[in-house]
Amino acid sequence: MSTRRIFARPARYAAIAPYLWMALFFLVPFGLVLKISLSQTAIAQPPYTPVFDLSEGWQALKAAFEELSLDNFRLLLSDNLYILSYLRSLVVAATSTLILILIGYPIAYGMARLPQRWQGLAMTLVIVPFWTSFLIRVYAWINILQHDGLFNRILLALHLVSEPVTWLSTDTAMYIGIVYSYLPFMILPLYATLAKMDRALLEAAEDLGASPWKAFWLVTFPLSLPGVGAGVLLCFIPIVGEFVIPDLLAGSNSLMIGQTLWLEFFTNKDWPVASAVAIALLLLLVPPLVLYDRLQRRQVEGRH
Amino acid sequence: MAEELANSASHSTTEKTVPQRVTDMPLLRIEGITKRFGNFSAVNQLSLDIRAGEFFALLGPSGCGKTTLLRMLAGFEAPDEGHILLAGRDIAQVMPHERPVNIMFQNYALFPHLSVYDNIAFGLRRAGMERGEIATRVAEMVTLVKLEGMEKRKPDQLSGGQRQRVALARSLARRPQVLLLDEPLAALDKKLRESTQAELMELQRRLGMTFIIVTHDQEEAMAMASRIGVMDAGCLAQVATPRDLYEAPASRWVAEFVGDVNLFEGQVISREHGRLKVTTREAGIITVAEPRQPVTKETVTVAVRPEKIKLSRRGLASGVDALQAINRFEGEVAAINYLGGLTAYRIRLDNGAVVRSVMANTARLDLDGYGSSERVAAWFAPDDGMVLQQ
Repeated sequence: MSTRRIFARPARYAAIAPYLWMALFFLVPFGLVLKISLSQTAIAQPPYTPVFDLSEGWQALKAAFEELSLDNFRLLLSDNLYILSYLRSLVVAATSTLILILIGYPIAYGMARLPQRWQGLAMTLVIVPFWTSFLIRVYAWINILQHDGLFNRILLALHLVSEPVTWLSTDTAMYIGIVYSYLPFMILPLYATLAKMDRALLEAAEDLGASPWKAFWLVTFPLSLPGVGAGVLLCFIPIVGEFVIPDLLAGSNSLMIGQTLWLEFFTNKDWPVASAVAIALLLLLVPPLVLYDRLQRRQVEGRH
Repeated sequence: MAEELANSASHSTTEKTVPQRVTDMPLLRIEGITKRFGNFSAVNQLSLDIRAGEFFALLGPSGCGKTTLLRMLAGFEAPDEGHILLAGRDIAQVMPHERPVNIMFQNYALFPHLSVYDNIAFGLRRAGMERGEIATRVAEMVTLVKLEGMEKRKPDQLSGGQRQRVALARSLARRPQVLLLDEPLAALDKKLRESTQAELMELQRRLGMTFIIVTHDQEEAMAMASRIGVMDAGCLAQVATPRDLYEAPASRWVAEFVGDVNLFEGQVISREHGRLKVTTREAGIITVAEPRQPVTKETVTVAVRPEKIKLSRRGLASGVDALQAINRFEGEVAAINYLGGLTAYRIRLDNGAVVRSVMANTARLDLDGYGSSERVAAWFAPDDGMVLQQ
């Protein structure tokens, strides 16, 4: 009863705000895109039919509704360009996420074990790249990786290679760009879970006969899994839809789904197919989200 | 077996008997151990012998170094100097996971992702024990700490008392040569703490294991330990049985730290017939029995526990036994604290000094209690004064 009181009327209205936000900036645009994905392309303004026009009355609206079809989605399934793009996106995202875990975990672990007064500084160092625009940072990589770029010059100076290596327009360059850009999103949730871990647990494990390495695998790692899950989610999903990095750093022979979408939209001016690609991408990302949610819930239920 | 238990139980209430397993060579010998953190010496040149089967308590105020000492025994801190000999082998630099010693942590440090069973089995698995053996041992431990039926639960599905039991079972499972307990009862409420004290003692006696407990709670230490080491500023101020600690403290600091005490500082003026006369500012001339150690100093402190200071009205009429009335001061009751079983009085003596006296409320009807501002005589027997030289 008293908790009811605390959430008095103004507070209850404030609780609506996030829903309003979601409705306005997610549901409405989603509805629009969904509608366009069911339309047909046309040389017109806007470049698709039918167009819902409320001014022409109920009958016209009904007719327009009947014109909607799943043709664009059928196209996605029939042309393996799209399926290959989706697959490539998933493979790139999965590979990058794995690399991110392998690099991010040791960094986060090291940060969490620093003396308290150094942890703030380490955290700042992780976040500092955000102060520069994302696009500029990716362009900087072009500069570093180009034929006579910094990277090649270092390799030559160290006599690791005898002539410049082609980095740009390769998957390697793309992975470098993706891992570099998403590393903070992997480190921060990992660091958060590792930093709050009770060090007495490790001592207990060692006291009970576990070597430091064993203690890490039996105690620290399982207890950090929620952080790993959060990091994976924060990286995997945006990487699947990544456009800028593959467009600037990878070759043009195979495309990620974001690039395909861009092509359909800007080059082919085919808004309906582009919208269908977007909707399909969204649907593709629902299963991993549901799976993650399930795992989280199971963990919470296991505790209570 | 049952008889044995009954026997030892009846002993335990009056006097803690040292177990039979005592040998000449101590199980654990700590030699001149020092641990520094920066410029601060948490433990300073400390030496201590602990015999097999002892229930030893490290008692001291917070920051005295008792936890650091315990952590060095467990292996979490390496001493800067000195040796730790366990059954003759120096383990000072041995890694924690290679020591035949286990610790029960103050906050229990149970693994939150593992069940009660897996928590208890953790140490056994590391020891490479076989599955069947592990199951037997865990079942034994679960019975020992009375947690039957809880094996599948996770730590956060247990109450504080149950968690304490899991921690105990986990640290006992490997049958360590020495079990270290870091404030094991601090997180329990008072009633539970008392019953757990009794269970811990019973367990220690039954297993014949050596327990070293760290505590800041002197009643806990007194109630459980066969010997107590009082620590102050990284050193041992005194190592003694609970009774000796209380009735024969080694120093003024120990006397004040353990229990309540009245202190009278003064000069020794005479020594005859085993009696010492001390002239004090607060209470005039006091006569006390000469202590076992020879008194070498001129200036000494006479310490008297409050319950040894008796009050009487009749004393005013000089009816008290002449022998006991040697140390007799007159004054008036300044404050009364009724504590249930006991009543604590503050008596303001005529010369302005304040003396504390505690009397047991042995009868239900308060016929003989003293009222506020009542004139009384406070006195104590010469044997009840403790002469402290430092």
